[in-house]
Amino acid sequence: MSEHEKNILVIGGGISGLTTACEAAEAGYNVVLVEKDPFLGGRVTRLHQYFPKLCPPACGLEINFKRIRFSDRITYYTMAEIEDISGGPGNYNVTVKARPRFVNDKCTACGACAEACPVEVPNDFNAGLSMRKAAYLPYEQAFPMQYVIDEGACKKGDCTACKDACKYDAIDLDMKPDTLAIEASAIVLAAGWKPYDASKIDNLGFGTSKNIITNVMMERIASLSGPTQGKITRPSDGKEAKKVAFVQCAGSRDENHLAFCSAVCCLASLKQATYVREQYKDSEVTMYYIDIRTPGTSYERFLNKIKEDEKVKLIKGKVARVHEDPATGDVIVEAEDIYGGSKIREPFDLCVLATGMEPMISGVKLPSDVKINENGFAVMGKDQKGIYAVGCAKDPVDVAKSVQSATSAALKAIQTVGRLS
Amino acid sequence: MEEKREKKIGVYICKGCGIDEAVEVDKFEEVATKEMKAPVYKTHNALCSPGGIDLIKSDIEGEGVNTIVVTACSPRIKHKEFTFPGCVVERANIREFVAWTQEPKTEDTQALAEDYVRLGVSRAKSADLPEPFLLDETEMSVLVVGGGISGMSSALGAADAGYNVALVEKSEALGGWAKKMYKQLPQSYPFESIEEPTINATIDKVNSHDKIKVFTSSEVEKIAGVPGQYDVSIKTNGGSEQFKSGAVIMAAGWRPYDVSKLDHLGAGNPNVITNMQMEEMAAKGKITRPSDGKEAKRVAFIQCAGSRDVNHLPYCSSYCCLTSLKQAAYVREKNPDAMAFILYKDMRTPGQYELFYKSIQHDPGVMLTKGDVTGVSEAPGGSVYVSLKDTLLGKEIKIEADLVVLATGMVPNSRIDVEELAEWKAKFDEKLKASGGQPDPNAPLEPHKVPNILKLDYKQGPELPVLEEAYGFTDSNYICFQYESRRTGIYTAGSIRQPMHMMGSIEDGMGASLKAIQIVEATKNGYSVHPRAWDQTYPEVNLQKCTSCKRCTEECPFSAIEEDEKGTPFHKMSRCRRCGTCLGSCPERVINFKDFSINMISTLFKDMDIPEEGMRIVALACENDAYPALDAAAFNRIRINSAFRFISVRCLGNLNLAWVADALSKGIDGMILLGCKFGENYQCHFVRGSELANERLGKVQETLGRLMLESERVKLLQLSIQDYDKLPGLLNEFADEIEEMEPNPFKEF
Repeated sequence: MSEHEKNILVIGGGISGLTTACEAAEAGYNVVLVEKDPFLGGRVTRLHQYFPKLCPPACGLEINFKRIRFSDRITYYTMAEIEDISGGPGNYNVTVKARPRFVNDKCTACGACAEACPVEVPNDFNAGLSMRKAAYLPYEQAFPMQYVIDEGACKKGDCTACKDACKYDAIDLDMKPDTLAIEASAIVLAAGWKPYDASKIDNLGFGTSKNIITNVMMERIASLSGPTQGKITRPSDGKEAKKVAFVQCAGSRDENHLAFCSAVCCLASLKQATYVREQYKDSEVTMYYIDIRTPGTSYERFLNKIKEDEKVKLIKGKVARVHEDPATGDVIVEAEDIYGGSKIREPFDLCVLATGMEPMISGVKLPSDVKINENGFAVMGKDQKGIYAVGCAKDPVDVAKSVQSATSAALKAIQTVGRLS
Repeated sequence: MEEKREKKIGVYICKGCGIDEAVEVDKFEEVATKEMKAPVYKTHNALCSPGGIDLIKSDIEGEGVNTIVVTACSPRIKHKEFTFPGCVVERANIREFVAWTQEPKTEDTQALAEDYVRLGVSRAKSADLPEPFLLDETEMSVLVVGGGISGMSSALGAADAGYNVALVEKSEALGGWAKKMYKQLPQSYPFESIEEPTINATIDKVNSHDKIKVFTSSEVEKIAGVPGQYDVSIKTNGGSEQFKSGAVIMAAGWRPYDVSKLDHLGAGNPNVITNMQMEEMAAKGKITRPSDGKEAKRVAFIQCAGSRDVNHLPYCSSYCCLTSLKQAAYVREKNPDAMAFILYKDMRTPGQYELFYKSIQHDPGVMLTKGDVTGVSEAPGGSVYVSLKDTLLGKEIKIEADLVVLATGMVPNSRIDVEELAEWKAKFDEKLKASGGQPDPNAPLEPHKVPNILKLDYKQGPELPVLEEAYGFTDSNYICFQYESRRTGIYTAGSIRQPMHMMGSIEDGMGASLKAIQIVEATKNGYSVHPRAWDQTYPEVNLQKCTSCKRCTEECPFSAIEEDEKGTPFHKMSRCRRCGTCLGSCPERVINFKDFSINMISTLFKDMDIPEEGMRIVALACENDAYPALDAAAFNRIRINSAFRFISVRCLGNLNLAWVADALSKGIDGMILLGCKFGENYQCHFVRGSELANERLGKVQETLGRLMLESERVKLLQLSIQDYDKLPGLLNEFADEIEEMEPNPFKEF
């Protein structure tokens, strides 16, 4: 068997794709990992902490990045997307297009380019809550530790400030897109998810007030590397957010939006409640839910622990409307208390919409035999061969389940390649 | 054996990224060549650039340099560039630790950078290239214990990947609980209707697979040996059999919670049955009430029967909501006139199983009511009343049912019997009350006690260790590493690991299978597995000097060290994960790695420049969390006191008290240990590294007392990789504390 035939192609470098790549490589197989962002790690890099341990994602990522660094079996490409997949199990031919980074491997991450860059744009890593330069490092513990130039924001021909500042000949503003041909025996789809567009949910007021935010924005606000260096404040005026509402199933379990349960939002809100309670002793948190879904051992334990805090109120109730009081900047949540039977109208400093997951696999150019269902997830048949979906490409799952799913996808991939020894 | 080749050291200094602006690079030459006696010394404006790499490469070829000290940036970057096959490479981090965190061009900054040159050369002198540890023969096969859906999935997973499998099942037939199911949950989109079971097809596939040997009516008698070379004995059909295996998967499953404990929910009433009994009834035919065989037209399902209940199972069993929805479909399918009532606390149908919930909910014959069941009593005519409070209507209601189904939860077979458990818990609470405490409903329900499944012939006990807060499930402590095991080569799958439904079990079985394959492949090639994947070093022991104190055998997190007949410890190497906890535990300093040893670190203290004037503090940093946190602090250009010399260790569990004595007796003023959070929810990936370091520090007073030094000179900090903002402040605070003390009097010697 020639070397390239042993290849497993993993599409997506988030926690699912990273795990699949490392697990398969450590079983002795060659892996090509393709990621569309300029860094690996995906969505979890934006999280402040994981539930229920409240530990930092960077810790596990550090190990996974080390697994990649020390492995000569993993080749990864960032800023790369699938152009075409042909062939079948055992002999796929894949065309990958890599966007120009404009920064080559000589980059030392010294930061001189960003310092010199005159262009500022909203920082997408921080959900637009802060600004960054057009020459930037996605975040301070990014892997690879290599700067990137935002093609859309850079003034291109008009400005060479970054190039002039770089002492290492690492900036190449003429860099062209690259096309790569990859041969693989098996393909793992780990395209992940993006937050559901909350502005589509009319009654929850996203976009009408800066103080109505999504759970993903809340992670950035609570994070040390985020727009407020971890200080939980409301975006409109920087006031400390001490009274915070969480609106569950914002889009999820709703046939007009996402018909499925996104599986992580209950735990994410409970976790974010701890961020608030940890930071301000005199804070109050209210969570409006349909069902609290904390399945299993450690998640239920986490829920019970939070229930002990009398400053956290869990109300079963459907939220009818969220809007800003223009006089105070407060956010008014109107809901029905299903237990109490009454109508609630309560002002908060900040309202967090627990928005669900929108799968991104439909954005990948896949062969016609891979079906995507109405919810946007890949449909995996019982006799699926050659191409396997994993993590949130297949079903909405949390990090733990993504890792589990990734490990089993690595097995399916190596089965397709065949035993090596 | 090949004769050890002569080392030729080359020191390469990078002047880029602010290093040249922060220090007088020219002065390093004397330190490197005269003081540390490195024969080759070169500088470059950007060492990681192609020109810099070529400079090193040409010295390897032309000068015979084979030991390279890259004095530049953090070892966490430019790894590929600074990898030179066949050469020892040490990285002295003067970019992050000097140029980015110190005031430029001061005497202290210069002294600090020069020390890093010394430490780099010193470490390079002590390090050798790894030679992998290889077994004479590696058994490329897998033992699976448990023939339910998870175990079968594991077995097929490994067999289809080309590995031989032995599958041991204690009952007469394969299939486990899944075989008792009348129908199964939908396994794929649109997740709307229940399906005919596929378990028989799976059983047939296992039984007919030429790579799987099935042992039914069999139990494990003993598992001895190491990954790649397990000696397995099983009891099978009255006889016994022995064979070798490369890895083990424990998929020993679960049992339903003991329903007799649920008399408050009507247990004992013939018309109150469990969800598993419901499966059996549905499989046989009509749904009737057991008391008189009358067809059951009103069936009530009580959710969380035992689960989410501090008096029973404090956790959520995860499968019961879906199972009751499925069984409600049985009720409706068997008799379109019959009604099903599901009485729940929260309906938990995460992911796309929400679609199944919706499809059942849309059936007008299924009523879902949120509430807490307050009682179950006999009703006239053989029916049963179920009383409910806190319902959505806000009042107490009573439902009359022909049949009540208790959605009982899962108890992992790795947990001791419930009877024993209840007794233990009662005693525990009594004792607690007697001492004035309040019983904690979330307290672990059991001591570390598990039944006989694997019967490991291991120093640290016959079964897999169970986390205190895992209620007997053999779960991993790490969110991002679900198959992490404290017994290398042994992985657990399915509902013995976490409560899960069938589709989850199939996936989990395959995940465990991949880990089993991984360990045999890694063992065969002499690599460590997670978290030090690809590491080819291993602990080498100078047994002549071992005093058999056995501390290493007790402290090894993976039970990788056994004792021979004379009581002398020895490593079962392929169980080892290369953390070096043993190295820290050894009072005789006889355990060493090729690239990391007690003497290597002690020599650093000797080679460091310790002037009479000027404070010196050594910081030992865990390479996975503290070290990256220091890098991140440097990236943010946060100032750190120039007294600190950072030394990376594999884990704080490496801390040997000899280091404290050696450092402080050389005149070093203080020592700080930077490690991970320990205790519940520990973050150390070697389980107890930082905690053990802390315990060892308990004895440091004695050492320091002997030296007539204050015990406050040594301190341990628990931190995470994200604490990079706080870390410099904490370090500077420690430096202030040391500054307030007299300089270490040993400086004068």
